[in-house]
Formats: sequence, C-alpha cells, structure tokens
Amino acid sequence: MPKLSDILTPAENLRVTRVTGPALNRMLEMGITPGTAIDFIRQAPLGFPIEIKVRGFLVALRKSEADHIEVDHHG
Amino acid sequence: MKTYQRIALAGNPNTGKTTLFNALTGLRQRVGNYPGITVERKSGFLKSAGTTHEIIDLPGLYSLNPTSKDEEIAWQTLTGTYPFEPEPDAVIVVADATNLMRNLYLVTQITDLGLPTMVVLTMMDAAREQDRLINPQALQDTLGVPVVALNARNDAEVDQLKDAITAGNFATPGPLQWKPSVKLQKAINHLRTGLIDSNDAIPERAADLESLRLLAQDAALDALTGDARAVVVEARQMLEKEGLNGSAAEVLDRYNYIDEILQTVCAGPVDPRKSITETIDRVVTHRIAGPALFMGILLLVFQAIFSWAGPFMDLIDLGFITASNWLADTLPDGLLNSLVVDGVMAGLGGVMIFLPQILILFFFIAILEGTGYMARAAFVMDGFMMKIGMHGKSVLPLMSGFACAVPGIMATRGIENYKERLITMMVLPFMACSARLPVYALLISAFVPGDTAFLFFTWQGLTFFGLYLFGIVMAAVAATIFKKFLPGAGHTPFLMELPTYKIPAFSNILYQMGERGWIFIKEAGKIIIVVSMGLWVLASFPAGEPGMSSAEQLENSYAGQIGKVIEPAIEPLGFDWKIGIGLITSFAAREVLVATMSTIYSVQSDDEDITSLREMMLSDVNPETGEPVFTLLTAISLLIFFALAMQCMSTLAIVKRETNSWKWPAIMFGYMTALAYFMSFVVYQGGKLLGF
Repeated sequence: MPKLSDILTPAENLRVTRVTGPALNRMLEMGITPGTAIDFIRQAPLGFPIEIKVRGFLVALRKSEADHIEVDHHG
Repeated sequence: MKTYQRIALAGNPNTGKTTLFNALTGLRQRVGNYPGITVERKSGFLKSAGTTHEIIDLPGLYSLNPTSKDEEIAWQTLTGTYPFEPEPDAVIVVADATNLMRNLYLVTQITDLGLPTMVVLTMMDAAREQDRLINPQALQDTLGVPVVALNARNDAEVDQLKDAITAGNFATPGPLQWKPSVKLQKAINHLRTGLIDSNDAIPERAADLESLRLLAQDAALDALTGDARAVVVEARQMLEKEGLNGSAAEVLDRYNYIDEILQTVCAGPVDPRKSITETIDRVVTHRIAGPALFMGILLLVFQAIFSWAGPFMDLIDLGFITASNWLADTLPDGLLNSLVVDGVMAGLGGVMIFLPQILILFFFIAILEGTGYMARAAFVMDGFMMKIGMHGKSVLPLMSGFACAVPGIMATRGIENYKERLITMMVLPFMACSARLPVYALLISAFVPGDTAFLFFTWQGLTFFGLYLFGIVMAAVAATIFKKFLPGAGHTPFLMELPTYKIPAFSNILYQMGERGWIFIKEAGKIIIVVSMGLWVLASFPAGEPGMSSAEQLENSYAGQIGKVIEPAIEPLGFDWKIGIGLITSFAAREVLVATMSTIYSVQSDDEDITSLREMMLSDVNPETGEPVFTLLTAISLLIFFALAMQCMSTLAIVKRETNSWKWPAIMFGYMTALAYFMSFVVYQGGKLLGF
C-alpha cells in the first residue's frame, strides 16, 4: 500500500486505508479515518509539509504524519 | 434562575467564534490573567433582567483531547479542572456550517460532558453559497440540544441568540448520544459494572466518560494498580480481540454517527469541488510565488510600520514631555519630583513611544490572520523552519519581534510542540525590535559615511539593513544549536488547518489591535516602572555637590561608579566607562542609551537631539591617549553588542511568565549577553589587527 508521504503529484482519487503512528488519535479526530476519500493538493516549497483535502477542508501534514497514512487509489 | 451565570463559548478554530463573541458582548470584555498560568482567556458580559451572563471565550479547539496549550485551557475550563473555578453553568458550541462534519465531532464530545448546551451554526451564508442546505431544526431534533443558525454579522440574528441565551435555552441530552458500537459498549459496560459504578466519587453523568478515558488514555491506565487495573486491562483486551483500540473505536463511532446525522440534516454536495480558496492557494502556496509573496508582504509591513508611525510617535513623545513638565512644575522640588519625572515618566515614555509601531504591526497581523493568510505563510515556511528547530507557526511571533519581543513571545502560544515553542521564544529577541532603532539611528548617522555604496544604496542604509539581517541570521544559528541540545518534547502531531479565505470584520481587527496593545502596555509598563525607578536610584545617588553639572553628577553616581568598575571588562570591546553607564541604564529599554549619552555629554537642548549629540560624540577625545573615543570600529562594535545582547527586562519577565520558571530567562540573558560580548570582542580586536 503506498504511503501518503510517497505521493508527489496532485491526485483526487485517494482513499485512506490505514492510519497508525504516534499521532493516530489526532489524525482520526480530524477526520482522517480509514475509508475517507482525500485529495492530494500540493507540496510545500521544500517538499513537506503537504496539503491535503479531507472531508471538505484543507489541512497540512508533515512527513512524520504522512508516513503513517496508507492510501490507495479508487474510482 | 441564578443571578450570575457562567457560559463557556467553545468551538473549532476559524469558525467565526471571535466575531460572535464580540457581537454578543460588545465592549464589555476583560482579559483574565491568572498568576502562573500562561494563557489568557477573555470574558464578556451579557445582562438580562436580574441575571449577568459571563461569556467565557475559550481558545479554539478541535477536540477534548488537547494537544496545545491553547486547547488545554479550553479543555480545563469545560471540564471544571481549570484552577480555582468550577465548571461552567452552560456551554455554547460554535460550529461552522461550511465544515459541519468536523465541527460536529467536537459537538458530540461536548454534549458528553452533561452540561446544559446550545449549538450555534455560523457562516450560514457561505454554506448556502456552496449550495449546501442545512436544516437547523432537524439537527436540533437529532442532537437533542437547541440549535441556532446565524451569521455573526447579522445584528438581528445575533439579537435572537442573545434572547435564547437569556431565556436559558440550553438542554442536557446526556452522554453517549452518538451510540457506541456494540463492541465498544460491551467494554464500557465491563468497566462500569467491574469498577466505576461502585465508585461513589464518580457521578452518574461522568461514568461513561470515565470509562472512555480509561479505555483510550494510557496515562489513565498507568495511574491504576491492582484489581482496578486488571478490570481496565480486561476491557481493553475485549476491544483488541475485535481488532480495535479504545481511542480509535471511539473516534470512528463518533464519525459514523456524524455521517448518519448529516444525511438527514444536510442536502447538497458535502465536498464542493474547487472553491475560491483553492484557486487563490495555487498562487499563494506556490513553490516559488508563495515564498516570494511572503517576502513582499513582510517588506510592505515594515515599510508601513516605519513610515506611518512617525507622526503618532511624535505625538506620544510630546504628550509625555508636556506631562513631565507639568509634573515637574506641580510636584514640590526634591526627590519625589525627580523620581517621578526623571525616573518613572522618562522610562514609561521611552517604551510607550513604540505603541504606534506595535499597533500598526498588530493591525497587519490581524488582517493576515483574519483572512487566513497566516496559515499559508506557516505552510510555505514550515519546511525551512523545521530544519532549524521551529514551526511554520513561529513565523508570526518572529515577525512581531520586529516591533517588540513582548507580544511576540506571547504569540508563541499557538505552537503545539513545546520544544519548537521554547526555541522560538529563546531566539525571538534577536529580531531587531523598535527599541534598537534609535540606537542604530544615532550610531549609524554619526559614524557610518552617508556616501553612496552602489546604485542608490548608501552605506548608512546598507548598515541598517545589514543589522536586521544579522539579527535574523543569528536567530537561525541559535535556533539550530538549541535544536541540537534541547531535549525533545515528545511527538506533537502536525496537523495544521488551512482555513478558507475570509474578509475579516473591521471591528475584529480593531478589537485585536486594542487587546494586544493593552497587553503590551500592561506587561511592559509595569516592568518598566520598577526598573526605571531602580535605575533612577543608581543614577541619582550619591547626590552631587552644589554647582556640579549633570554630567559630573552622573559620573559620580553609583551608575557612573559601576561604569568605571566594568570599564576594564568592556575595554577590549572598544567601550569606555561612559558607554558602560549607557549599557547599564539601557537595561530598562535599549533606547535609553540615547538619553543617557545625551546626559553624559551634557547636550544642552532637550535630551534627545541627535544632531548635537552626534557632534559631541565625534569630538570626544580620550584624555590619556589623545585618540578619539568613538571611531567607526567602536561604533560597529557597539552596534553588534546592541544587536545581540539581552538588554530588556520586560522580555525576561514575559519569558518567565510563559515558561513558568526563572531557568529560561536566565539562560536567555546569559547566552545572548555572552554572545554579544564575544562577537563585539572579535570584531573590535580583529578590526584593530587589520589596522582600522
């Protein structure tokens, strides 16, 4: 399964398959739950953080968080 | 009904909560400030027949499991664990209608608290523009709490909310309205029968919440021993057998409930494609355009600070001079007169003169924050800031540092990670604050040639710019070193919302300026009064002989004596005892150096006339060697010293307050002053070796 941190280009058809890591709870609370559709919007100037869209809002993640989100492509 | 009701106003960040708070309470606000506690909460008041409703504006929070200092304060207030106060009588949860899914998450947590609750849906207009139709009545029926839908800028709608508040239109639906899944409920039941229900200390309304806490938080488990611990471990194992863990199971069940609710109360696209925000972001967060835009905005802000503030600063200066003269004439001659006029008023005036610059800076910061741009600046800068141990959100406090370190250090509160926050505080005083400006201006205009260096740049202008840059570079270097040597503060999740762009309400900007300006006056002012009285004693005693000039008196005073005592220590930097006195007196505030030098050189005209002071300094000759006291090299050494040394009592005091210990201000004072000494030494001695 690719990690969210491996995605480098904008993509609108991602789906969260698994969330782990020390920030698990806060990521779930922010709505990044397994099965949720996310869009990869862009990378910041130095590659990280990245900007994604989840449940209708935009959020930035560092590599340390994106490493712990597994995604697949759907539809 | 009670005659005094405390109502907490809670909600996610960027929900229009502050706009609503201002609309509800108008100018009847006060900023709470409790000793030893670092975050301030605001309270506002709403009166109705016989009852005063205190509305407590909590810092924005995403969940009741706090990850930042701000969130912790909000959580403490809601759960009644905030020091010296009971839980609130009622809660208003503000939810953004354009982002209902995530906002409802906090709503489900707050209704679990078992307090009388009301939900206010804000930004209904914006939701409608996105073709999202929300039925507040249906939401009210599902949640079991009153729901008021409004736009915070619509007075009539805000009045309706006021009526709902004064009528006590709250409801207590009881915990677990979100109906935990069968598996989670089993684990909760196991805890309740085996442990919680027999514990009288836990009231019935909190029993389910306590079960969830024991399931989700390892710290809660670690606090238990023996049989109690065994029951919790069993309950956790029940979940693990089903492939779940306590906290994840709870969050997922809440979101399942929210998804269900939204199907009945919401129509239209849940996730509208491409908003205006995303279009703007394509430029603002672009890899190249983004940083360039940020630099452009910074330049614009500085230009405004320095060109707009002038007349207001003159006005404040004039005000203080007039007031001082009046006091000098009115108070009986003698010590009290001198203490008030030369000590307190001079010190206070020296700091308050920067208020216009600080207000202008806050004006821009309020706009940048209110529009949602500041989060973009943090996004663009975070990659670089992380490398040097800070956070994208450090950019804003560091920017504030160019006006004054005191509000800058207070603005670090939004940074979740304590290590990143601490590093930001520790390097922030390197930002060239307004108090350094008069010192830079005096020394540069006196000793740096005004010739053109190249194009239309003069050496003087370049030196000015160089000093700013020098401060920034030293901050980056110091931050990198702190990053290496400070212990980590554990992992803090980096999840930064990039809110939709909004046009900020002008009243909000004014409120924010006023509030932060007042904090500056209060925090810096009270320190300055104490320090300037202390320095007045040093500079006024022992009292001079009759007929002595004020310069001779100062030379004789304790300050003068200290200046002479430390002369051998500062001589290698190129400073004589006169500058030594200046270094001592400028500890109240850096710009005091200018006034002290004026006194030492007995400048006739009113103290701070830079032109005549400049000439006096230029012609001063060392009586032993016959060499001029001030050379270009001395001036550069002194500039570097002022750029780096920690000479601000107010900053140290605020760092003490924010870190709750004397350790960090002590380290700050030590390392900055040592660094200043070292760098001035290297520059002066190196310069002499090279024959300057």
